[in-house]
Amino acid sequence: MSNAMQEQPGTPPSAYRIDKSRHIVLAHGGGGQLTDELIAHTLLPRLGNESLGELLDSSIVPGSAGRVALTIDSYVVRPLSFPGGDIGRLAVSGTVNDLAVCGAEPMGLALSLILAEGLERKVLESVIDSVRATADEAGVKVITGDTKVVGRGQADGVYITTAGVGSVNGKTRLHPDQIRPGDVVIVSGSIADHGLAVMLAREMPEVQSVLWSDVAPLNRMIARLLEKVNGVVFMRDPTRGGLACVVADIATRTGLHVVLEELRILVRPETQHAADMLGLDPLEVANEGKVVVVTRPEAAEAAIAALKEDAHGQDARIIGRIEPERDGLCELHTVIGGRRILQKPYGEQLPRIC
Amino acid sequence: MTQRLADSHAAIERLLDAAKALPKPAAFMEICGTHTVAAFRCGLHSLMPANVKLVSGPGCPVCVTSQGDIDMLIELAQRPGVTLCTYGDMLRVTGAKGSLEEARSGGADVRVIYCSLDAVKLAAAEPKRNVVFAAVGFETTTPATAVAVLEAERLGLTNFTALVSHKRILPAMRALLDSKQVNVDGFMCPGHVSAITGYATFATIVRRYKLPCVVAGFEDVQIAAALAKLVELARDRKASLENLYPQVVSRWGNRRAQNLMRRVFRPVDARWRGLGMIPDSGLAFRSRFSRFDAQSRYKITPIDSPEPPGCRCGDVITARCTPAECKLFAIACTPVRPIGPCMVSSEGTCQAWFKYKRQGKSIAASEDAVATPSQEARL
Repeated sequence: MSNAMQEQPGTPPSAYRIDKSRHIVLAHGGGGQLTDELIAHTLLPRLGNESLGELLDSSIVPGSAGRVALTIDSYVVRPLSFPGGDIGRLAVSGTVNDLAVCGAEPMGLALSLILAEGLERKVLESVIDSVRATADEAGVKVITGDTKVVGRGQADGVYITTAGVGSVNGKTRLHPDQIRPGDVVIVSGSIADHGLAVMLAREMPEVQSVLWSDVAPLNRMIARLLEKVNGVVFMRDPTRGGLACVVADIATRTGLHVVLEELRILVRPETQHAADMLGLDPLEVANEGKVVVVTRPEAAEAAIAALKEDAHGQDARIIGRIEPERDGLCELHTVIGGRRILQKPYGEQLPRIC
Repeated sequence: MTQRLADSHAAIERLLDAAKALPKPAAFMEICGTHTVAAFRCGLHSLMPANVKLVSGPGCPVCVTSQGDIDMLIELAQRPGVTLCTYGDMLRVTGAKGSLEEARSGGADVRVIYCSLDAVKLAAAEPKRNVVFAAVGFETTTPATAVAVLEAERLGLTNFTALVSHKRILPAMRALLDSKQVNVDGFMCPGHVSAITGYATFATIVRRYKLPCVVAGFEDVQIAAALAKLVELARDRKASLENLYPQVVSRWGNRRAQNLMRRVFRPVDARWRGLGMIPDSGLAFRSRFSRFDAQSRYKITPIDSPEPPGCRCGDVITARCTPAECKLFAIACTPVRPIGPCMVSSEGTCQAWFKYKRQGKSIAASEDAVATPSQEARL
């Protein structure tokens, strides 16, 4: 959940005409189609190069014989602490996972903090303790950093930007262009827990929530998977935009047809309940401790076994497959036997009225 | 899960069975936006035989809110000192002067809330802000607005008002049928609204128009079962009222909620998008509560603004056309750049079609409308 940028209340009211083609709106940060549009029309034309243009979770640094991966991510979650984690755990896990899904072992992290004037020191201490604990869990160190403070009201508590470098194993090449018809889609466990836990903590703090965020560094699980299993062709962590975003993206980028079986996708009953209450589709809700893995069909069983060896992969399962039809669509086979298209969500998720 | 599977397969079989014996093709209308989305989400349309259609009615509260009401909300949001509280769905609906989302990006204080009482709490906590609550929705959300107003009265708040666009579902169903422009063979009635009003509310549709009404829940199995029931009733030419959601819906509904509504509001004529003015289909404050009426407090009147050219949302929510028959659908009008409210609302028929129903080539064509190389990025 990284779309918590808040405008300042009480700014001048006079008739601004804000148009999302000319101004940034919150939905540009939602990770969906509008984020794509911002990247395609504003960022890539100005910054684009071969590595950036790949739009992968991390980039292999060119000129280094393909051995170093680099990634960066900003974290602006609100509230700073939520059931199952906090911004510190998120800031380490998110970056570590972005390296891991590209087949890189994290070597070091760079942490940049933007603090709002007035932030309580003990809040900051607990965030940094959490950064340390999560980095230890992942077996990586924060090796450089920076801190800036902005005036009261110019930021909301703490924003963290974490960059990470990782080393890529010689044989690993994980890329959507490796995906072929017949390949199998696996997810490492239940979906939508993080997004709904944060949303409930933010919007309904008075509700005693039984939801826990799944935020966790997955690099050890993923390293074991890659070490034990031949035939992993692509991975991505289904964060903003959820599972739908990742599989729709696989379909678009490969031009192939992806089929998911709703019955096989694990949504915890309490998570489903929260999603129903807010009118959200769990398939479109963020995860921070899950990975989507595409493997060759013969490697699927071994991949599941390898994932299950880790505490974060206990509920790993096959959820779908890649089919030869060249339409670039993702189709969901529903529980009642129906079919529907699964698309990339738009942007910010809006709970419904009734 | 196995029970749910067995139940849903049984429902689909009953549906297919009954459809074989239908004397003529039949179309049923779901009234509730949540049903629209749930039916698409579970792929029900892909399982229906060719002679059965499920069309959407005027049951998405965002979609039926008139352009004038939306313009008033945006204008209020831009006034100095005003904090506008809204349910999330209303954020992106475009009026003549943009949307609330755009107003917020431009500096207006627009806050998304989940419960009407949050607006009252905000007014109590920030006495210098003038809090306006966008009171939108059918009988499901109206009692909550009434509770908020009574709470504001109890607290003696002078900085809380509501712009009331609440609607009543039954007058709209009657208007739709009286207009004779819509041919349906029965209604799938909204479970949430019925929980408040009681299912007896729909008896008049059965009596007057000789059409079957089936109250349905929102799970895939419940929707499939309700549709199967409707097809069976049509096959047997039987107009009856059936409650297939007895866990939640009773005959007379939630009396406490009804009393709250009656205490605070009185029925008035209201303008619906696509349907125009419908007698007694809206609600207004009773005079005792008029000081909470944002419209009179801020001396604002709805401007009769024209709907966007080419937009057929009005026809879509009255089942006079399908989204695909609108020239703007998926070409000029997409969830990224919506033109009409049915594409904005997550419960809107057009968005549901766009999300769940596009097939084959039509998808490729409309990807252009999104105008992005569809790439996920973590920049």
